[in-house]
Amino acid sequence: MSIATAEFGTSGPEAGARSEDYLWTLNFGPQHPATHTTLRIVLKLDGERVVDAMPEMGYLHSGFEKLGEHLTFNQYVTVTDRMNYISPMANNVAWHHAVEALLGIELTPRCASIRTIIAELARISDHLLSNGAVGLDTGAFTFFLYAFYQREVIYDIFETLCGARFTNSYTRVGGVSQDFTPLVIEKIRGFLKTFPKTLDDMERLLTRNRIFVDRTKGVGVLTKEEAINRGATGPVARASGVTRDLRKDEPYLAYGDFDFQICCASAGDCYARYLIRMQEMRESLKIVAQAIENLPAGPVNVGIDQRTALPTKQQVYTTIEGTISHFELSMSNRGFEVPHEESYAAIEAPNGELGFYIVGDGGETAYRARCRPPSLLHFALFPHLIRGHTLSDVVAVLGSLNIIAAELDR
Amino acid sequence: MPYTLPSVTDVLAGLTNRFGSLETSLNRGQTRVVVPEPLSFDVLAWLKNQGFDLLIDVTCVDYLEYKAAKHRYGLVYLLASTATNQRLTVRVFVDDPDPTVKSVVSLWEAANWLEREVWDLFGIRFTSHPDLRRLVMPDEFTAHPLRKDYPLQGRGERHNFPVITRDHS
Repeated sequence: MSIATAEFGTSGPEAGARSEDYLWTLNFGPQHPATHTTLRIVLKLDGERVVDAMPEMGYLHSGFEKLGEHLTFNQYVTVTDRMNYISPMANNVAWHHAVEALLGIELTPRCASIRTIIAELARISDHLLSNGAVGLDTGAFTFFLYAFYQREVIYDIFETLCGARFTNSYTRVGGVSQDFTPLVIEKIRGFLKTFPKTLDDMERLLTRNRIFVDRTKGVGVLTKEEAINRGATGPVARASGVTRDLRKDEPYLAYGDFDFQICCASAGDCYARYLIRMQEMRESLKIVAQAIENLPAGPVNVGIDQRTALPTKQQVYTTIEGTISHFELSMSNRGFEVPHEESYAAIEAPNGELGFYIVGDGGETAYRARCRPPSLLHFALFPHLIRGHTLSDVVAVLGSLNIIAAELDR
Repeated sequence: MPYTLPSVTDVLAGLTNRFGSLETSLNRGQTRVVVPEPLSFDVLAWLKNQGFDLLIDVTCVDYLEYKAAKHRYGLVYLLASTATNQRLTVRVFVDDPDPTVKSVVSLWEAANWLEREVWDLFGIRFTSHPDLRRLVMPDEFTAHPLRKDYPLQGRGERHNFPVITRDHS
């Protein structure tokens, strides 16, 4: 491919014995078990030390933003599932949060609480995989199995909730597809009881493990100034001492009602990012526990007067407004009213700030649906973090940034 | 009670003082400033000094089929402040042929890949960008697919894509 030769230059006959001749180029990916997804890094190595790294992306580019201009606001949620497939629920919440910001819809208290709960469960499952993968790549296989077993439990909750384990497509404009049933609440309570024990076990396995600490401490250090200047958000920024968390700074959904802490560290290395994620799972559990015990009663979708969410069957059969609303929302040429406006709204996704810039033109599809993916800016950090470290540190840094290629390439 | 963003009126007043009157608008609590293209870099540099230290996103909208649009492309700079949590959207409008704007990589390193993506998908050139290559599309690609005149199913690039064989790789 052209990229290796153009950037690093093959040594021509006139090059002689330049120092670069001792460097060699290693192609890492796009198919490699430690990239976890499809991304490619061209590494320039001096022995075992990484002199430079050049990330190459686009292997999973599937034109999600172009699709967003051709799918309606409710249809597009199925595409958001496939962006960050480690935590699809968080993407669903982010997309409809942005759509509702554009349309000016205020959710019912029950819906806000339900979305908060599922977004926090998604955060736990994302952090479990992210930390599990760091463990796996640095040799701690048992840790990964502990993490993955708990992900199964969360999948099971989601399956009970909406029928899908992986690609949930749970939210709708102005509501959600299914209300919480007693069985779902029981399962979440069960998870709240069992998970802290597993989390303790996981911390005992890895947090003070000598090999793991040696592999991650002081590796891939990101200072606070660089984190801000390079646009890092989420756990990556908080591990570097940036105290920014949209759940506290711009309380959306029901986050303003709950008591929880923002976890920060100052070291900025891979070990700090691991610790932040472990601690954030405990804070998420606190939020879920408070939300599930104080779940407001009442309707889950916005009312008929808002004309976005489908009315209940009872309303359709017994009231004229319900019947009209049901027909208008089901007909292809009616839909709901979208203003000629543009707006941006973001949530604190497990990976960082996940926002959508949506332009409405009155039609039922978005005129432009821009996704601001946190992984893109984190992957751009990678060459900066890896320079000077050894080849074996590549997987530790890559894992601690939690790059999801489908979200990166969209 | 939905959350409202902190007000940016003092920043807007300072902006008017420094650069003359600029078109501003407010939608759902979000403030937007329209900046003429020649001024864009100076305004963004000034805003960075005023505390907007976090560049959230650089993106673009193609207004080809948009009702009552005056310009073809509208760049969007989403700025935020980590200290005060203020947010500000800066819009810069450019037109065919040869839409060009000055790069802000020297202000925020985060703009590097974001501007590469806008160049890739919209074909807007960023002058004095250190490394303006395509980001997500392959290097051989010639079109800019997020433009509105590019069809959803492509122009047959997938069918004519060069296949690398084992002998010619």
